[in-house]
Amino acid sequence: MRHSCMLLLCWQSDISGAPNTPGLSQYDIYNLVICCSQARIFNETPINPRRCLHILTKIIYLLNQGEHFGTTEATEAFFAMTRLFQSNDQTLRRMCYLTIKEMANISEDVIIVTSSLTKDMTGKEDVYRGPAIRALCRITDTTMLQAIERYMKQAIVDKVPSVSSSALVSSLHMVRMSYDVVKRWVNEAQEAASSDNIMVQYHALGLLYHLRKNDRLAVSKMLNKFTKSGLKSPFAYCMLIRIASRLLEETEGGHDSPLFDFIESCLRNKHEMVVYEAASAIVHMPNCTARELAPAVSVLQLFCSSPKAALRYAAVRTLNKVAMKHPSAVTACNLDLENLITDSNRSIATLAITTLLKTGSESSVDRLMKQISSFVSEISDEFKVVVVQAISALCQKYPRKHSVMMNFLSNMLRDDGGFEYKRAIVDCIISIIEENPESKETGLAHLCEFIEDCEHTVLATKILHLLGREGPRTPSPSKYIRFIFNRVVLESEAVRAAAVSALAKFGAQNDDLLPSVLVLMQRCMMDSDDEVRDRATFYMNVLQQKQKALNAAYIFNGLSVSVPGLEKSLHQYTLEPSEKPFDMKTVPLATTTVSEQKTELAPVASSKLPEKLAPSRQDIYQEQLAAIPEFQGLGPLFKSSEPVQLTEAETEYVVRCIKHTFASHMVFQFDCTNTLNDQLLQKVVVQMEPSEAYEIVQYVPAASLPYSQPGSCYSLVRLPEDDPTAVSCTFSCTMKYLVRDCDPNTGEPDDDGYDDEYVLEDLEVTVADHIQKVLKPNFAAAWEEVGDEFEKEETFALASVRTLEGNTVNSFKKNCLMGIVIAPDWLYTHSVA
Amino acid sequence: MRGPECVGAPFEAVAAGQPFYEPSLYTVKAVLILDNDGERLYAKYYDETYPTVKEQKAFEKNIFNKTHRTDSEIALLEGLTVVYKSNIDLYFYVIGSSHENELMLMSVLNCLFDSLSQMLRKNVEKRALLENMEGLFLAVDEIVDGGVILESDPLQVVHRVALRGDDVPLTEQTVTQVLQSAKEQIKWSLLR
Repeated sequence: MRHSCMLLLCWQSDISGAPNTPGLSQYDIYNLVICCSQARIFNETPINPRRCLHILTKIIYLLNQGEHFGTTEATEAFFAMTRLFQSNDQTLRRMCYLTIKEMANISEDVIIVTSSLTKDMTGKEDVYRGPAIRALCRITDTTMLQAIERYMKQAIVDKVPSVSSSALVSSLHMVRMSYDVVKRWVNEAQEAASSDNIMVQYHALGLLYHLRKNDRLAVSKMLNKFTKSGLKSPFAYCMLIRIASRLLEETEGGHDSPLFDFIESCLRNKHEMVVYEAASAIVHMPNCTARELAPAVSVLQLFCSSPKAALRYAAVRTLNKVAMKHPSAVTACNLDLENLITDSNRSIATLAITTLLKTGSESSVDRLMKQISSFVSEISDEFKVVVVQAISALCQKYPRKHSVMMNFLSNMLRDDGGFEYKRAIVDCIISIIEENPESKETGLAHLCEFIEDCEHTVLATKILHLLGREGPRTPSPSKYIRFIFNRVVLESEAVRAAAVSALAKFGAQNDDLLPSVLVLMQRCMMDSDDEVRDRATFYMNVLQQKQKALNAAYIFNGLSVSVPGLEKSLHQYTLEPSEKPFDMKTVPLATTTVSEQKTELAPVASSKLPEKLAPSRQDIYQEQLAAIPEFQGLGPLFKSSEPVQLTEAETEYVVRCIKHTFASHMVFQFDCTNTLNDQLLQKVVVQMEPSEAYEIVQYVPAASLPYSQPGSCYSLVRLPEDDPTAVSCTFSCTMKYLVRDCDPNTGEPDDDGYDDEYVLEDLEVTVADHIQKVLKPNFAAAWEEVGDEFEKEETFALASVRTLEGNTVNSFKKNCLMGIVIAPDWLYTHSVA
Repeated sequence: MRGPECVGAPFEAVAAGQPFYEPSLYTVKAVLILDNDGERLYAKYYDETYPTVKEQKAFEKNIFNKTHRTDSEIALLEGLTVVYKSNIDLYFYVIGSSHENELMLMSVLNCLFDSLSQMLRKNVEKRALLENMEGLFLAVDEIVDGGVILESDPLQVVHRVALRGDDVPLTEQTVTQVLQSAKEQIKWSLLR
């Protein structure tokens, strides 16, 4: 009792205006426990609104500061607060709503205020109604929602904007919880959309779209209606533009559609917000032509000279994106961008410079680089990454400038910065090295310097790997050894292990370095970490054999299998214990995707989610095929082709084929879609007539094919054994099936059907289906490994080898005019002059 | 009991290797007010970008370090667009995703600032704000609801918050206050 008296005293001195020390908040001296015990003032009669208000404010303030609130305390304070509904003080009542919302997660029993809130929501006081709706919807669950449904419907169409907006936004929040209930309010939302109030329009549009987004037709109708009638709210216009561009993207409609016209017309809207949204939507559309971009670019150009920093930022950021795909479209803005490079907002300046780097001429590069290095230390990491990406693009465009760039990058590498930033620089240097052989030595030297003081394990291992690959082939490989061995002495386990592998590569390729490498290896064998020791011992033994083939197989070329495939095979192996050792050959080979994943230079938006290794397309097929009993025992899947269309696009049935190649079989997967809504197809099989000695083993039919639901049937074919060169073959295909007519509305099929057939286009099996791209990181070693007996010198007239197209030409380019490809049982080596 | 208020935005979805963004009303990820030491005066997060208090405070620290020296209105931080404004010893921030329309975020920031400026009679500084925290809470509640922009017109916001003026009716004064004013009056009458 005395305790509470003391609190009361201190409380009174507080509100009677006791002087506060400046800078120290009067709230700081309380904590939640005291606050809650003060909440007993709520029980006094008559209620003192001012004091109660102060306590509620403190409770919310402290919650906002992140203070922890125990469930019992919260519940107690909450119960005391419910009594405050008796007071008619407006601010106090509004603070009660806020407290309810804040406590909804902490206190149990918030539900008991439902009736008070319902009363306020339907009462006469407009000031209460909106906030009461928001508080009520926050604590309502699905079952209680039914009870207030009637009031919600009324509130949505209420003529007071704050009530209507609150009801619409709360409905939107509840869609996730009870979609079915909220869906019944569509008509009311529709009515609200024609309100005069701009916010109500916006919220109604948002709710309507959310309820209909899975029904493309309804969305399209809605868009049609609103784009014709015109809205007053700039927010609603932005929303319409987003919906329209989304629909355009989904339907892949041409840019002559009315939706595109609508977006373009918004470029002339009187609100800057809408104009910018429209310009940004056009810029982000895939396959936009320069002519379509022009009006959007010219409004962005105008924005560049706006006095508002946010608008300049938005404009230059969007122009930066345009410059990635259509540098020429932005050239017209160069003058305006030049003015921005001295902008006091460094983000704007950076974006302007990186855009100019993309659009400007080679001669301006030096000047821009100098300008940017003057303030690179002031900008955030996100923008530094943008700068690095711009440099990377520049190096591809003007290879002669690489020395300027390399210098700049090495300076950036020395500065402080986060992981993303450093990674971007390292990636950029690596890509320069790969494209300009003359820059290799300087680049490697910079990277060596970087790993001397690098806290990021991932980067250190990456660079060590690169050194192992590139270092031995430079004129003086010995100078890298020191950097690598320093890692063995100084770094963490993962880095040490990577350093050992890199050392081994030097030893394997440079005979004069071998003795020293062996000595160093010997020291690594005494490492404290198992992995490092194991690697050292392994490499030591391989290197001592001094055999090229061994070196190639175990040192240069790592695993060439697909990682998810290996994981699955190993898992399978552990599930079924057997006497046999695990066979690496059963794992499907990795497809070459690594070198082609040039990440697009989209600025920033660094996702916080860890990148998950997605299983490749082939791994997915492997799994699907393994699930079909007929195809067991075929061994690992060697290759799956791209889908081949066997019908025209707009026919009754759409069929495409994917060819899966196994060691001695092929499986043809036919993906069929029935586009007739009055037919149900059953027992669908594609019959095949081979032109060569291929043998059809089995057909696996698709049981039934209802309207617009794709299904697959398969054919299993054995490759001719006696003639391994008969790799190409043409199959004539006919689809056979049982038709049952059905009612298009209900989908109910007739009882009896009839057989029918449908002739498909011929399917070709070509050499390409038996050839797989493989990763040979070290081409020269792989070449030696194959040996002389397989070496043949031949001249190909490339134009006639039609069947190899796409598959090899790319890899020819990649590997400096030489490529190596392997088929299941035999080896092809190509050299192209 | 329902989950946290963060009805957060399922913006990010990736299809066909190209990111596209679901059109949605969820625009604002957070509203912050910091003082000139970077301490939190007010913070409201509307989605799960920073789920714990610790992460939030770290983010606020980062944001403050990057922005308090320059008065440049907009920045990109941790992959988020941040629009901001400072006045005397207060820093106002509105945060949205990096593909959000910057001008929309700006309209939220302006609305918040102008509403407070009216409510505090142009006296937008830390002390005045701390004395009117309830006004701030109610104003933010009227401007953004669960990440959706509820109102962008400061006049409307001030009207809806409808804070009572300083004229406290006699019945609501505390005993001390009455005694105090009585004392003053007696003092004055004696001195005269």
